Amino acid sequence: MPRKIIYERTPMAKLDPKERVKTFDEVALGYTEEEALKEAERCLLCKRPPCVAGCPVHIDIPGFIALIQQRKFVEASEHIKKFNPLPAVCGRVCPQEDQCESKCILGKKGEPVAIGRLERFVADYERAQGEMRLPEIKPPSGFKVAVIGSGPAGLVAASELAKMGHKVTVFEALHEPGGVLMYGIPQFRLPKEIVLHEVEYIKRLGVELVTNFVVGKTMTIDELMQEEGFDAVFIGTGAGLPVWLGLPGENLLGVYSANEFLTRINLMRAYKFPEYDTPVFVGERVGVIGAGNVAMDAARSALRAGAKEVYILYRRTKEYSPARIEELENAIEEGVIFKELVSPVAFYGDENGWIKEVELVRNRLGEPDQSGRRRPVKIPGSEFRMPIDMIVNAIGQRPNPIIAQTTPGLEINPRHGTVKANMKTFATSKPGVFAGGDVVTGAATVILAAGAGTDAAKYIDYYLKNKDKPGIWDELYHME
Amino acid sequence: MGYKILQKRVLGPGSKMMVIEAPYVARAAKPGQFIILRVHEKGERIPLTIANADKKNGTVTIIFQEVGKTTIHLGLLEPGDELRDFVGPLGKPTEIKNFGTVAALGGGFGTAVLYPLIKGLKAKGNYVITIIGFRTKDLIFLTDELSAVSDEVHITTDDGSYGMKGFVTHALQKLLDEGRKIDHVFAVGPVPMMKATANLTLKYNIPTTVSLNPIMVDGTGMCGACRVEVGGETKFACVDGPEFDAHKVNFDLLSKRLRMYVKQEKVSLENFKAQLEKAKEAV
Ligand SMILES: Cc1cc2nc3c(=O)[nH]c(=O)nc-3n(C[C@H](O)[C@H](O)[C@H](O)COP(=O)(O)OP(=O)(O)OC[C@H]3O[C@@H](n4cnc5c(N)ncnc54)[C@H](O)[C@@H]3O)c2cc1C
Ligand SMILES: Cc1cc2nc3c(=O)[nH]c(=O)nc-3n(C[C@H](O)[C@H](O)[C@H](O)COP(=O)(O)OP(=O)(O)OC[C@H]3O[C@@H](n4cnc5c(N)ncnc54)[C@H](O)[C@@H]3O)c2cc1C
Ligand code: SF4
Ligand code: SF4
Ligand code: FES
Repeated sequence: MPRKIIYERTPMAKLDPKERVKTFDEVALGYTEEEALKEAERCLLCKRPPCVAGCPVHIDIPGFIALIQQRKFVEASEHIKKFNPLPAVCGRVCPQEDQCESKCILGKKGEPVAIGRLERFVADYERAQGEMRLPEIKPPSGFKVAVIGSGPAGLVAASELAKMGHKVTVFEALHEPGGVLMYGIPQFRLPKEIVLHEVEYIKRLGVELVTNFVVGKTMTIDELMQEEGFDAVFIGTGAGLPVWLGLPGENLLGVYSANEFLTRINLMRAYKFPEYDTPVFVGERVGVIGAGNVAMDAARSALRAGAKEVYILYRRTKEYSPARIEELENAIEEGVIFKELVSPVAFYGDENGWIKEVELVRNRLGEPDQSGRRRPVKIPGSEFRMPIDMIVNAIGQRPNPIIAQTTPGLEINPRHGTVKANMKTFATSKPGVFAGGDVVTGAATVILAAGAGTDAAKYIDYYLKNKDKPGIWDELYHME
Repeated sequence: MGYKILQKRVLGPGSKMMVIEAPYVARAAKPGQFIILRVHEKGERIPLTIANADKKNGTVTIIFQEVGKTTIHLGLLEPGDELRDFVGPLGKPTEIKNFGTVAALGGGFGTAVLYPLIKGLKAKGNYVITIIGFRTKDLIFLTDELSAVSDEVHITTDDGSYGMKGFVTHALQKLLDEGRKIDHVFAVGPVPMMKATANLTLKYNIPTTVSLNPIMVDGTGMCGACRVEVGGETKFACVDGPEFDAHKVNFDLLSKRLRMYVKQEKVSLENFKAQLEKAKEAV
């Protein structure tokens, strides 16, 4: 009997906007068992599922949804993990509407299956079961691998390599592992307990985690390889260097980079000051420059930390915002005010150096650029000033140059500061050194970084087993 | 993994020295570099200069002035206690070469951190004139250590209770008035002192290096809290510095930025003192 098609997706409960702006608690509450079953029932379990092609790591989506239909939640989670080791994270933060869900067949006539929410549900279900089930770990290979950075790329590469029997050490510059998942994405969108759970998982696999270790400063890559005996290195250092506009007044007090503002709030827990020692300044009228995920996180964090009015200052219009739609909507629901078609020109301060005003110029939309988005064109003479007492600059990030400056033989793309790597094998120009995640692509997504970690691990394993084969590095670096 | 305090010495009122077990940092440290530490789980990250690094024993010496919550808390710890976090060495090392005659000026915590700098300068064959300043006689410390590695030591006190009355810049002015030829000046300390030094040496055209102390968070170039203006350009002191050409630094901006959290710092300190009182009462 053909199944009845249900065009509406099962809603997911969220905290009320008025309540949630008072706390850093998670906004989206996730499905209950009944809701998950109901939503899973909508999936047609397509024989040739288009959704899978939309997922960067090609999760067997009908496969795991079928397991949910059979109430095998833990098995469903384990099935996802064969493709993506971070389902609890990706189920929450993936831009699903542009990826898997954008391709779902049900989306043609109605709403696509809520793949992300189901992914999140089974991962949370499994975690709530308590005992962490560990996969099979191969016998020790005798090889040592250094993983630099503990963001999604590094965490995933480390766990994959550990399962293959290699001795893995992760070196992290900050005092807590997790990368952007820990210092960037706020608690109300990704509870830190989930990140810590993933960290615990890699530790149980036997990965050694060294925090407070800045590769390039504490020790260089060459030293790790030559003196500490690491046979291979994976660079997963992300894109953590804030980009500035270079405008007058950018160094006034109250002008933050998104990284600093979010790091103070998330990593340093400044929202719990003075219980936690690190302070953060939050203005009454806050302007956030940019309209991506980072900007939304900064704007919503500012509201929660006590700002009265928060403006997104964006040079194009809302529909071109690179942020996830869900988060954009959440931000607006919470009261973030979207100012479209404006670009900052200068910042003005008072006699003590505190920001008081931002000067903006109005734009109109011109011809589409390479990304297909219509380019903002400044309207001459349309400058105006707006009173503001705090600015967060969220216009973008580039890779940190410390590794590049201290690693001879590692080729860098001069324009974006990214590490050059083969996009299939993740081999860099330096033998034995691989790289993946934001450090290679520039600021991208969690799932792409996690995918890079998984794939790089395969080729690192291949390299270790064929280290002495002549021409092995050329093969890896130039593989099509 | 903690970082054990092996030794502690009180240098003077409110200034302390500690030797910390941190083998990786010790191994890589060079003069001019700093570390960032956190005292406890909920603590702030604060930068302190590496006053000495013993590669063999794997230890790093820090010298600090108790000015607020974190440094006061740090000062309460004893040998055997562990610091929660300790990362480094950060920043660029000092460019040490043979300049000829060098004057090294220190004020406040700067006095303390002159030590590795002077040792390095001496090793390169410089004639080193050390000038250190204190508010008053009781606050004088480390003179023996500094004398041992300097060719000359001049001491000033603000109130004239010891050495020359006045600031370190007065002592430098006097040397210049006497016609002494000085090829390079280093100045480490409070912003007004560095600014005064820069103004003076600019008149005499003596190249001058200062070590800037803006507020920092990560210390690796990730946040931009440490932005300073040098020659009209924005630099991140933690990765581009902390040392810069004194004649190009915008000291006024630095002073202002250092005051960004004065209100919160006061709250934090008062809160901490109240906690200490409570703990005392409980005993
Ligand atoms: C605020 C914010 C919100 C975001 N929201 C989303 C979202 O909703 N969905 C999504 O898919 N993506 C989002 N992203 C992007 C996503 O987080 C990144 O693409 C992803 O984290 C990249 O992973 P990574 O492992 O390459 O690097 P990172 O997560 O950046 O981790 C790199 C790690 O390396 C460490 N490191 C750097 N240099 C060194 C060194 N020299 N030595 C040792 N360690 C070092 C860093 O401290 C860091 O911990 C967001 C990013 C930000 C900043
Ligand atoms: C590269 C560098 C090296 C330094 N070396 C030394 C040293 O060897 N010995 C020493 O005594 N001090 C040194 N300092 C200054 C030291 O970091 C501050 O005194 C300390 O952070 C104050 O913290 P607190 O909580 O005790 O005081 P708070 O009450 O927090 O602050 C007191 C004042 O210290 C400054 N400050 C506050 N937080 C920070 C921060 N995170 N980073 C930098 N400054 C801050 C502010 O101007 C503030 O008004 C150095 C600073 C830098 C940037
Ligand atoms: S990992 Fe992301 S893109 Fe892939 S199925 Fe899950 S939510 Fe969709
Ligand atoms: S395309 Fe949609 S309906 Fe088909 S398998 Fe994927 S999620 Fe299910
Ligand atoms: S302290 Fe964060 S960039 Fe310098």
